[in-house]
Amino acid sequence: MAYKIVKDNCTGCSACEPECPNQAISETKDGLFVIDPAKCTECIGFYDEPQCVAVCPIDDTCIIDENYPRYQAA
Amino acid sequence: MQTVQHRARADGVETHAGANIDEIMQKVAEHKGCGTSGGAGKASCGSGAGENDLPPEIWEKVKNHPCYSEEAHHHYARMHVAVAPACNIQCNYCNRKYDCANESRPGVVSEKLTPEQAAKKVLAVASAIPQMTVLGIAGPGDPLANPEKTFKTFELVAKHAPDIKLCVSTNGLALPDYVDRLAQYNIDHVTITINMIDPEVGAKIYPWIYYKKKRYHGVEAAKILSERQLQGLEMLTERGILSKINSVMIPGINDEHLVEVNKAVKSRGAFLHNIMPLISAPEHGTYFGLNGQRGPTAQELKALQDKCEGEMNMMRHCRQCRADAVGLLGEDRSAEFTTDKIMEMEVNYDLETRKAYQAAVEKERQAVVEAKKSELDGLAGEHSDIKMLVAVATKGGGKINEHFGHAKEFQVYELSTAGTKFVGHRRVDLYCQGGYGEEDSLATIIRAINDCHAVFVAKIGGCPKNDLKAAGIDPVDRYAGQFIEQSAIAYFKDYLEKVKSGEIRHVERGDAHIRQGALTAAEAA
Ligand code: SF4
Ligand code: SF4
Ligand code: SF4
Repeated sequence: MAYKIVKDNCTGCSACEPECPNQAISETKDGLFVIDPAKCTECIGFYDEPQCVAVCPIDDTCIIDENYPRYQAA
Repeated sequence: MQTVQHRARADGVETHAGANIDEIMQKVAEHKGCGTSGGAGKASCGSGAGENDLPPEIWEKVKNHPCYSEEAHHHYARMHVAVAPACNIQCNYCNRKYDCANESRPGVVSEKLTPEQAAKKVLAVASAIPQMTVLGIAGPGDPLANPEKTFKTFELVAKHAPDIKLCVSTNGLALPDYVDRLAQYNIDHVTITINMIDPEVGAKIYPWIYYKKKRYHGVEAAKILSERQLQGLEMLTERGILSKINSVMIPGINDEHLVEVNKAVKSRGAFLHNIMPLISAPEHGTYFGLNGQRGPTAQELKALQDKCEGEMNMMRHCRQCRADAVGLLGEDRSAEFTTDKIMEMEVNYDLETRKAYQAAVEKERQAVVEAKKSELDGLAGEHSDIKMLVAVATKGGGKINEHFGHAKEFQVYELSTAGTKFVGHRRVDLYCQGGYGEEDSLATIIRAINDCHAVFVAKIGGCPKNDLKAAGIDPVDRYAGQFIEQSAIAYFKDYLEKVKSGEIRHVERGDAHIRQGALTAAEAA
């Protein structure tokens, strides 16, 4: 499973982008941010809490993406 | 601060910029109530109270700085660029999701600029407005939570426009990590927003912080934030970087406590303390706004500022400017400098033209100081307990030169036999009514200056004149185009005469309302 950003909530503040240990977050053309599910490890192996969730100023914006299976640490 | 103050006394300030520097210093010190507090037994200028004085090297830094001195704000302008949208804490008075719901002017929604765009904007504005001497990076967001963007912007500006002073406003959480980097970039001053030194109080203001890859809540969060803020302040002081403290006054939460904050920041070397009113209305969507937390009244704010005044320099003219505002005083020319327009502009940055212009501005400032002094001489020997506030409509230049109906803000001065003292300004612009949408503008203005005995304007129509009189505020247009303080002193002399002769009776005025304009992420960072 990976995290995703709820587009309607994102303010484009960019706070999450530099905090991701996997460079999974990038800016879109409309100035908002997206997570690449292929790169997201839910921060497992790096930090106790997902960094995008910890820094995002808007509640319920960085959330689990149910479309992907749980991330398995190698 | 201690050593610095003594030195100022000892080496005589006249050496630096000629004979008038003393008088100008008196002007700057006015934020501290200089020359106005004789009756109250507080220190006043010329009595040898060292804390009113600034050493020449600090004076050099602040004399043209519109954020430090109301007087300078009449002649010089600052601008902010929003390059740093990310933030590492959450404040209960900040809504990071929206711009002000009432802000409906086209073209001024807070823009996100790249460092390159920001630098170009700075050059464009500085070329068009030679009074623009200060560049700040402020909210939305925290500059030090976006260090690469912030420092890149400073680097570019320093390279192309070395005469522009740079400053940052921060919540302080990341400050200790960047003090040395700031020192490298030759930063003019740093503003830290400090609302508490007691984590219990802090827990009511900050729901969380993001620190060292973790989110902290409540008292624990506030404790870390407070420690980092004070540590950052100490580090700035050690390195000789000027620091100004902003505090947001939140009635019932930190109002009493700010006196403690004032002492704590003073003892750590802060140069200036600026207590600002909480701006809070439900439509701003902030935690405080939605939960009915009110902001202070004008009288409450002034009482707290007066209380702290014995401790250190207080700043009373902060406009809590929108981060993207451009111009002098209440003026906003930001519509001329939108990103699209800037990118198309041919900018020709001419240092010499700017210097020449600023020399002329210096002459004008001298004239304001002289005019005040000559009128003040006439007040010597007068003694009265009467103190009164007057509101002034001005476009800058230290003159009464704005029409009543055009004024977006009024400047408020306190008059007494000790002279004039600037005590603040009241916004009355109609862009962002913040709760008074249905009310007509004149009623809004009267509420905003209800604590004033008179309002000085360049011109005023018959209707508002009568309404003001009915509200007990004397509309005064006979000083149109003249210097503010000189006119105010003349008016006050006249007033005292009339009271003496029994022609009028002096009555105290009531409180006034602080307009709840937009305070979104654009401020307080
Ligand atoms: S959960 Fe961690 S790895 Fe995944 S996007 Fe957020 S910060 Fe990156
Ligand atoms: S921190 Fe949240 S609001 Fe800011 S860009 Fe990332 S997802 Fe969007
Ligand atoms: S006011 Fe400034 S420091 Fe506070 S949350 Fe908003 S952007 Fe961050």
